[in-house]
Amino acid sequence: MRHDHIISAKQLSRGDIETVLDHAADIAADPGAFADRHSDTLLGMLFFEPSTRTKMSFTTAMKRLGGDIVDMGSVESSSVKKGESLADTVRVVEGYTDALVLRHPMEGSAKMASEFVDVPLVNAGDGAGQHPTQTLLDLYTIRENAGFDDLTIGIMGDLKYGRTVHSLAHALTTVDARQHFISPESLQLPRSVRYDLHEAGAGIREHTELDEVLPELDVLYVTRIQAERFPDESEYREVAGQYQIDAETLEAAKDDLTVMHPLPRVDEIAHDVDETTHAKYFQQAHNGVPVRMALLDLMLGGDQ
Amino acid sequence: MSDNDQQLRVSKIRNGTVIDHIAGGQALNVLAILGIDGTSGDSVSVAMNMPSDRLGHKDVVKVEGRELSQDEVDVLSLIAPAATINIIRDYDVIEKRRVERPAVVEGVLECPNHNCITTEDEPVASRFAVGDDGVRCEYCDTIIRDNLPAHILAE
Repeated sequence: MRHDHIISAKQLSRGDIETVLDHAADIAADPGAFADRHSDTLLGMLFFEPSTRTKMSFTTAMKRLGGDIVDMGSVESSSVKKGESLADTVRVVEGYTDALVLRHPMEGSAKMASEFVDVPLVNAGDGAGQHPTQTLLDLYTIRENAGFDDLTIGIMGDLKYGRTVHSLAHALTTVDARQHFISPESLQLPRSVRYDLHEAGAGIREHTELDEVLPELDVLYVTRIQAERFPDESEYREVAGQYQIDAETLEAAKDDLTVMHPLPRVDEIAHDVDETTHAKYFQQAHNGVPVRMALLDLMLGGDQ
Repeated sequence: MSDNDQQLRVSKIRNGTVIDHIAGGQALNVLAILGIDGTSGDSVSVAMNMPSDRLGHKDVVKVEGRELSQDEVDVLSLIAPAATINIIRDYDVIEKRRVERPAVVEGVLECPNHNCITTEDEPVASRFAVGDDGVRCEYCDTIIRDNLPAHILAE
């Protein structure tokens, strides 16, 4: 691939996306064939925010390619606690490793960090900004289950602060998906994302109720509404309650609807959905490994 | 009265730059963007809300002893798109320029998103892409459409 750093889904063309997903499919079909691919590679893990899935799947991906990771550990136990800047931290750690994975609570952090290093840097989430590797595994899951042709997708929940949503919505414009956004008015898409989607010529519709569009959807992508986005607990409960689904809700959906969630979920998808054929969110989480293996392999020169 | 008569209300300068046709009331923001605060000791004259045929009201700024470059004046397009720049040597206008909208402005505006990395103590200047109807942070994507002067970085 022609990108040294993976910062935003906006930098990924349809061709880039297909290249990663095809490679991920090859890896998933025969993971053993890639086991020694990067046996001398060290991946630097810089997680300034808690993460379970992203961090563990990057770790697994690097180890399954034969390499290893070097982990900064928690912010509390690092030099960041002493006031070290992000720019300094990444310049130090790039000297130890062959590539970097960064999660940071502030928007634009990954882009800034990438300007200070020569090794490839992957954005694993920058505040409410972007989360492009989540998008790649989301797209892999969508392609596996619903395909990209004539795709209608509903994205529901916190569209304002949800970085997975911002990345995914932009990437979906490359496959010309029809996108429906379902959220409370206070959590609609930010102006910048709306602007980009408009510029990309995307067909988007916004709704406050899922019922209006559920029967049309091939994919329903649910995200968590966070309590801290609301002034008080009771308002949060009232709003969040309107964006929960259970098995009964899905009776109005197509039989082959794919339900996805970047996880962790709290109560926006009831556990009785897990037993339906719609539930693909655990498969989606598992796809993080082959997709991140593919991305790392391509970034580290696996396509040569 | 012609623009020339108006300019005489503040004294002529010998060498330096005259910025004319600034939108009325924006002269102090122009000085802020250019980082001119009077501490260098050179004369700075400001005339505000002068009648103007073209703008209704305009401001004029005269900076003695400093010739502004095209890059410096281009950032003025954000708040004073009609501004004209006269470079003065020995009391004569030796060059007239217009501000052109730059593709990017760096270190001029502060990102209004308090969670943007450029607002932190990092070795990075704010950088905004300039579009037709606003500017956009190149780090966090925040778009500013209105009231750009309110976002000028304090020195």
